[in-house]
Amino acid sequence: MQISLTINGKSHSNDIEPRMSLVHYLREVMDLTGTHVGCDTSGCGACTITLDGNAVKSCTLLAVQADGCEIMTIEGMANGEQMHPIQEAFKENHGLQCGFCTPGMVMTAVDILKSNPNPTEEEIRHGLEGNFCRCTGYHNIVKSIQQAAEQLNS
Amino acid sequence: MIPSKFDYIKASSISEAVKLLGKHGYDAKILSGGHSLIPAMKLRLNRPLVLIDISGISGMNTITEQGGEIIIGANCTHSQVLKSDLVKNKLNIVTQTVKCIGDIQVRNRGTIGGSLAHADPSSDYPATILACEAIIEVEGKNGSRTIDAIDFFQGIFTTSLAEDEIITAVRFPKVINGNYQKFFQSASRFAVVGVAVVKDGDSVKVGVTGVSDTPYRAIAVEDAYSGNSDAGSHAIDNIEVMSDHFADVEYRSHLAKVYVKKALEA
Amino acid sequence: MGNFIGKSVKRREDARFLRGAGRYTDDIKLPKMTQAAFVRSPYAHAKVLNIDISEAQKADGVVAIYTGQDGCGAYGVPCGWQVNFKNGDTMREPVHPLLAKDKIRHLGEAVAIVVAETLELARDAAELVEVDYEELPAVTDPKKAMEPSAPLVHEEWGDNAAFDWCIGNDRTEVEAALASAHHVTEMEYRNHRVAPNAMEPRSYIADYDINAGKWTLYTSTQNPHLIRLLLCAFVLGIPEHKVRVVSYDVGGGFGSKIYHYTEEALLTWISKEIGRPVKWTSDRSEAFLTDAHGRDHVVHSKMGFDKDGKIVAHLTDEYCAMGAYLSTFAPAVPTYLHGTLFQGVYTTPLIHLNVVAPFTHTVVVDAYRGAGRPEATYLLERIISKAAKEMKMDPADIRFKNFIPPFDGIDEPGYQTQVALQYDSGNYEGVLKRGLEMLGYEDFRKEQTKARKNGKLLGVGISTYIEGCGIAPSAVVGSLGARAGLFEVGHVRVQPTGKVQVFTGTHSHGQGHETVFAQFVADKLGIPMDDIEIEHGDTDQVAFGMGTYGSRSLAVGGSAIIKSVEKVLEKGAKIAAHKLEAAEKDLEYAEGKWTVKGTDKSISFGDVSLTAYVPHDYPEGLEPGLDFSSFYDPSNFTYPFGTHIAVVEVDKDTGKVDLQRFIACDDVGNVMNPMIVDGQIQGGVVQGVGQALLEEVVYDDSGQMITGSYMDYAMPRADDVPMIETDRTVTPCPHNPLGVKGAGEAGAIGSTPAVVNAVVDALSHLGVTDIQMPVTPQRVWKAMQN
Repeated sequence: MQISLTINGKSHSNDIEPRMSLVHYLREVMDLTGTHVGCDTSGCGACTITLDGNAVKSCTLLAVQADGCEIMTIEGMANGEQMHPIQEAFKENHGLQCGFCTPGMVMTAVDILKSNPNPTEEEIRHGLEGNFCRCTGYHNIVKSIQQAAEQLNS
Repeated sequence: MIPSKFDYIKASSISEAVKLLGKHGYDAKILSGGHSLIPAMKLRLNRPLVLIDISGISGMNTITEQGGEIIIGANCTHSQVLKSDLVKNKLNIVTQTVKCIGDIQVRNRGTIGGSLAHADPSSDYPATILACEAIIEVEGKNGSRTIDAIDFFQGIFTTSLAEDEIITAVRFPKVINGNYQKFFQSASRFAVVGVAVVKDGDSVKVGVTGVSDTPYRAIAVEDAYSGNSDAGSHAIDNIEVMSDHFADVEYRSHLAKVYVKKALEA
Repeated sequence: MGNFIGKSVKRREDARFLRGAGRYTDDIKLPKMTQAAFVRSPYAHAKVLNIDISEAQKADGVVAIYTGQDGCGAYGVPCGWQVNFKNGDTMREPVHPLLAKDKIRHLGEAVAIVVAETLELARDAAELVEVDYEELPAVTDPKKAMEPSAPLVHEEWGDNAAFDWCIGNDRTEVEAALASAHHVTEMEYRNHRVAPNAMEPRSYIADYDINAGKWTLYTSTQNPHLIRLLLCAFVLGIPEHKVRVVSYDVGGGFGSKIYHYTEEALLTWISKEIGRPVKWTSDRSEAFLTDAHGRDHVVHSKMGFDKDGKIVAHLTDEYCAMGAYLSTFAPAVPTYLHGTLFQGVYTTPLIHLNVVAPFTHTVVVDAYRGAGRPEATYLLERIISKAAKEMKMDPADIRFKNFIPPFDGIDEPGYQTQVALQYDSGNYEGVLKRGLEMLGYEDFRKEQTKARKNGKLLGVGISTYIEGCGIAPSAVVGSLGARAGLFEVGHVRVQPTGKVQVFTGTHSHGQGHETVFAQFVADKLGIPMDDIEIEHGDTDQVAFGMGTYGSRSLAVGGSAIIKSVEKVLEKGAKIAAHKLEAAEKDLEYAEGKWTVKGTDKSISFGDVSLTAYVPHDYPEGLEPGLDFSSFYDPSNFTYPFGTHIAVVEVDKDTGKVDLQRFIACDDVGNVMNPMIVDGQIQGGVVQGVGQALLEEVVYDDSGQMITGSYMDYAMPRADDVPMIETDRTVTPCPHNPLGVKGAGEAGAIGSTPAVVNAVVDALSHLGVTDIQMPVTPQRVWKAMQN
């Protein structure tokens, strides 16, 4: 099937099998391997991207469902050399260790901060409930998002 | 994890979707948000040959107020419902319910219609649908009809939808005094017990999910209620209680009573 | 402290991870690469009657299908540690085949592999492989596996024991001391099975180059050289110098990626058969069924006390599951990484532990974050807290009474335990005092009393742990059954321009070696961190190494690098002396230059480096170049320790535990990068909390796993845990050059018993004395009912 969509600001058209998941499309067809597969059944959040501005788990979306949509992946977050404030905050606060869940965490943080620019610690933790991290114990991820919120609001 | 092969058809109208469903019968599945269906397909527990995507059909993703009712289109995502001021102000019990569903990402895709049609016995919506006495609007080859909440849930993953019918909307009466209380399963975060209570003076309507393989109206509680919360002890009267690794019959029964009481007192 | 050591330098690896530019194995695509999918057994124990691949072979895109009847069926993966029976009999070591032949021994065991042009086609074809099984009764509980009627995992030995081992003082002496003790506290429980769940599933690509006769294996492993050694010398019998093992970025390991898995060897074999690269990436369901699990000890223990609460003896019997086969380090985990820590931080004079290690119809059990030490700590810290309740003592007081007094390992000697080890240095009362201060212990007890009056169930749990890291020296571990050395290699290559490449045999999968190692090398050489690159994970680049596990990387790998840095400076001094026309002894090295003492005559590190490679004006007889490799074999383990304190509130209606505070005061020796150490502790703590409250792999009696997905296996999410309050004391390790001890596992070792102690404390006035882990709402509620 033919699909056309925008990924990180650029338009793409591809002919794909309907059964191809969006994450598979991003990784295998578009070579955007920054989006990871941790469980493939929407349990872990590693594959989180934004679709028309909303965080979604790209393992549980067929690529054909994203036809006509605007997608942002972790690769599209930085502005050239300049990392996005959320990315900067993760680095500053040691919000990542092995890095595997990180793209999903960052993309989820985009949604958390979009709908709630001044979240409390509890709201951030609640917002991250769909994302597993096995390394950090979440402590520094929460701190990163707190700092990113301050940064984005300043 | 990759599903078996299927054809994908994007329906542009509900009548087209109904027609396609009639044509393909059991080989077809309706796709809305896909958050119940796609994981099952990836695990190859479900192998439809045709997917009929109804997410693009216009008019099915609006939330409106008509007469005394709030009408939520079947394609409305949980996020959309959660963010709706109309729902928050006039149907707050639904806002409370969707807040408990999944996580941000899941709420951004999962829909009310998909959730109800899937009829997972541990999902959140059924309790609230039952307590609110919502009405489910469906369309099939014989035209449209409505199904009362009490008649909708028939068993585990089973509803009274006919083979060719699709949920188009859910109609809720306005609820002034209602609440949803949930005890989360610690892994899936589905409901071990979910209780919705709608109060109107001395009378009360109680919907329960997670406890039995079919969500139910706790009639015994409603009958016993007259402003006193001891009615919670009737939470599982005449109900066959489910058992799993997280909650056996004894514990789940206890939780059902605790949560009904909690919801009655809230 | 230098410019970098001891500073919270931000991580250099983060830029690539945050931009989605990490290079995990599944991100790699090779030309002509094929994809593999497995056919796995739906039974835990079964006979394989027939495998029919005829339909699958006809499917679209199939390149090859193999079963145990093919050439690969001749190979099996080895065990890396031999623990013999206490009577001297040799450990029972079954063949662990790459593909099951006629017998299935655990759920998910591979019976066939399908290689196809795409993953979709491989999966489709795998479904067409028809296998006839005859299901047999299974045993999954390690204690039940030793009952005479238990089904046998391997028929040839007559029972399921892999070995039966003991450590410590004479059993009869310990029993006699218990018999005459003033008070004896007893515990029986299961330190249950957990799944490591690194977020990156295992992934392998094998690529055989027919022209060069060389294999490349890309693998998500914690120890590429060890995999290469095992693969070449012990599995396939292929020449080690013709095999390159590459492990770039790895998305977490926690032990589960130490071992040499069957899939690695099988893919390597297949790539030569088909003459094309082949990739397999585990999905999460396969990960639950096939990644080595952790823990699974059934424990019965008695601890005796005198009337003052001093421990007089400790006797324990354990059944520790091995799973269906012996994984790479499995036998070491419940023995030398477990029994050797039974001294804890206490002066217990008499200790005896007996371990029976049975095979079970489950996936293998091996080291999982902490490996044996969390299990030891859980027992010691639970039983001493239980004893305190029984003897009506305060749990902090009973610990103070029994602590080994402080010793620095330099002026005061190391502490010789009853269980073989000699601790390096320690100040156990120091961390407990600090931990109690962080909590505000006395105020908490008042608050707790008040809360109880209001019907609130508040509890505090203390755990004062010790653990052993950087397991060594090689000769000693060899005598204990290790089939490998446990040294590390550090190679420092100075380029002509003074830029430095450091090659380490350790492997970073989240620990931040690229940053931390550069920090101390920069300080020792007095050059900017930007001039230093840390290389790891490629056997063609790094001469040799033993990898990363057991919190060893800095203590062992860092020390090896320091040795090479010292050699660089030693040779550099000779060159500098020549150039400065001074005697070596008159030079001093600081801030990246050699200076003639008392003068302003100096030469920079860069100039010396250039001279080493352009040796025109050069010391006579000295070899050109500045390039040194060193092996470091430590003289002892290192022994981090600490105090963890949990505060919980239990919901009286549901039994749900709310972890309100978690305090960790750890002593990991000298600290190179506090930010990273805190991060390791926080992450470890939450993993340990996960075991205490949420995580559990459950097999039913037939060997089916009922917790094989994230729908049923509960792991901590962000809203399950609070911020982790950390602090530390510093008692340097006396026997390695950096004075470091290791921080990777401490969090997971100390935290679990602290949480369970807190839950039991919250319910103690209701008569609750113990609750089986994980302390789920259901278990807590049931305990409250009894």
